[in-house]
Amino acid sequence: MDAAFKALADKSRRQLLDRLHNKNGQTLGELCEGLEMSRQAVTKHLDILEAANLVATQWRGREKLHFINPVPIFDIADRWIGKFERGRLRALSDLKKSLEREDT
Amino acid sequence: MSQFVYVTYIRATPEKIWEAFTTPQFQRKFWFGMHQDSDFRKGSPWRIVFEDGRTADSGEIMESDPPHRLAIKWRNEFRPELREEGYGHCLMTLEEDGETTKLTITHSIERENSKLIEAVSGGWPKILSALKSLLETGSVPPITHQRAKV
Repeated sequence: MDAAFKALADKSRRQLLDRLHNKNGQTLGELCEGLEMSRQAVTKHLDILEAANLVATQWRGREKLHFINPVPIFDIADRWIGKFERGRLRALSDLKKSLEREDT
Repeated sequence: MSQFVYVTYIRATPEKIWEAFTTPQFQRKFWFGMHQDSDFRKGSPWRIVFEDGRTADSGEIMESDPPHRLAIKWRNEFRPELREEGYGHCLMTLEEDGETTKLTITHSIERENSKLIEAVSGGWPKILSALKSLLETGSVPPITHQRAKV
């Protein structure tokens, strides 16, 4: 779990996960498009995400595709959030979202 | 094509994981109370059964190489909008990696923005998380055992 927390503690890596969440199964080239980061930096971040098992890769022909893997995040949720009632937490989170929407 | 890949590392042998995955009394513990009905041989029919006996999903075993590789042709049966997408493909692979086993689930269908893939992708992380706890600790936390809304 240390690896997952460390990997998630970086904004650029969370941005890469967001991009995979929007479109799963991207190549390195696709992931680099429109980012301010260098290709080498993206490669390094992806290696850290893969080592933490937050990204899984598969080869399709000569292309290496990257997939977001949320299983470690579920393991974290089970360990700490499972003690509370998830329904109430979700209600609070929904309430926060709808109130914040009204503000803007 | 719509596809996702899920990976988890479990402290158990591939044989033990294969047994848990293919045995109804284990399946009920990590698959929201549901179980699978199949002999898991190539060409055999396969289905997932709700606690009340209704069929949730059905298909056929396309490949079976215990305890390393299992491929299932997979169609949803209880949600018409998912059923009409037809058959997808689910591949499970188990690779020994030191004291743990790497379990990979690849679920795909030959269409863009598949609702089936979206629906099953809500369930797989919970199922895999529950399977991992069951094999490593002997029990499943209550949170993972709540029925998925798929």
